[in-house]
Amino acid sequence: MAATQEEIVAGLAEIVNEIAGIPVEDVQLDKSFTDDLDVDSLSMVEVVVAAEERFDVKIPDDDVKNLKTVGDATEYILKHQA
Amino acid sequence: MSSTNRTVVVTGIGATTPLGGDAASTWEGLVAGRSGVKPLQQEWAAEQAVRIAATVAVEPTEVIPRPQARRLDRSAQFALVAAKEAWADAGFEGKAGEDPNVDPDRLGTVIASGIGGVTTLLDQYDVLKEKGVRRVSPHTVPMLMPNGPSANVGLAVGARAGVHTPVSACASGAEAIGYAIEMIRTGRADVVVAGGTEAAIHPLPIAAFGNMMAMSKNNDDPEGASRPYDVARDGFVLGEGAGVIVLESAEHAARRGARVYAEAVGQGVSADSHDIVQPEPEGRGISHALQNLLDRTDLDPAEIVHVNAHATSTPAGDIAELKALRKVFGDDVDHMAVSATKSMTGHLLGGAGGVESVATVLALYHRVAPPTINVENLDPEAEANADVVRGEARKLPVEGRIAALNDSFGFGGHNVVLAFRTV
Repeated sequence: MAATQEEIVAGLAEIVNEIAGIPVEDVQLDKSFTDDLDVDSLSMVEVVVAAEERFDVKIPDDDVKNLKTVGDATEYILKHQA
Repeated sequence: MSSTNRTVVVTGIGATTPLGGDAASTWEGLVAGRSGVKPLQQEWAAEQAVRIAATVAVEPTEVIPRPQARRLDRSAQFALVAAKEAWADAGFEGKAGEDPNVDPDRLGTVIASGIGGVTTLLDQYDVLKEKGVRRVSPHTVPMLMPNGPSANVGLAVGARAGVHTPVSACASGAEAIGYAIEMIRTGRADVVVAGGTEAAIHPLPIAAFGNMMAMSKNNDDPEGASRPYDVARDGFVLGEGAGVIVLESAEHAARRGARVYAEAVGQGVSADSHDIVQPEPEGRGISHALQNLLDRTDLDPAEIVHVNAHATSTPAGDIAELKALRKVFGDDVDHMAVSATKSMTGHLLGGAGGVESVATVLALYHRVAPPTINVENLDPEAEANADVVRGEARKLPVEGRIAALNDSFGFGGHNVVLAFRTV
């Protein structure tokens, strides 16, 4: 069953917490991965791979650069999840 | 800055070792004659011929925040813990530049390891095989590169004069400190954070060293297994951890009113050109390094009262080193208290020169030579060539200027001798 927007944000929050140590409550739709959440380019690859596994979705490398905020990622996953 | 013969001093020390999570607890363990060797409890250890090692007393992940720790190889974690302690111990606050007492353009780091990020390399290969290409960590390359510890310490302190990583197996840590002394002496830097680190307690290195017949198989008596100079010694015990010191030009240290532990007098370096792993049995290459040290510095053999020996507890190596001391120093060896601290810490490979430089500097500072433990029956060849401190720590002369050596030798025939002296 496809994840809801709420479930995706909660899942991304857990992933970002694990990788960057940011408290889950700080991971909000409008937050930028690099500017607000201490996720640098290498860690972003980790976030993407973890999200692919968790939400059963493929995120090609070319699309990753468009995922600036948690909202961008959530929308992408909502649209592409199997 | 045109001076090319500046005096170099030690102003900060840090360590994380099998005896303690910092330099003070490590020193306390060394003086007390405590062994850091333990049985390996991991499942993989059951099938190994060697089932003992000197694991660190404090896991670095207890000290380094998790998001930072997970992108550092274990060897870089150790280096960072030891370097941060040394940096703070030297009296610096924050990075270079933030602390006005140190200019980032005049600050360097030289941190070495013998093997580099071997656990990262092997763990990520397991990930590749078991979970596929996509799951290999994007942090793998900066984690496994041997210069990773030096680079990460450089980032932590803000070093811009140069970040280096000499590699010479078990002489790497000493070579790093020697390189750092030269950086300051020749005017390239005013302050250098230098030392060695190693994290190689993993089934592959243990199987490989074990198959070389280089390691002790005394699994039934872990604390008694590392026994340099004892007739029953049967190889080294693998240790892990890091030792780091802050080196500084004497002038720079005086200007900021820093506490000085000791002078870093200099280094003597040579190569055996004998065999890829076997030590030259008469210590010819080691003698050459010791002579080189005397020729290149104003060190007087009469002032040397202590030697932190390389002595790993292998049958051939321990004696070759003592023969070299006798050959070069003659009767002066009789006033040198020789300590093999690997009897307590195990052999930290590329970390050894770092940890043992910390021990050597503290031996001078406190005027105490740590013991060599587990010497039940002293090898007659050791007795004939040197005065081994056995069982208990020994006081060094309480007055006057005294000096000490720290020997480190590595597979490949690398010989590095560092000299320190009270100020």
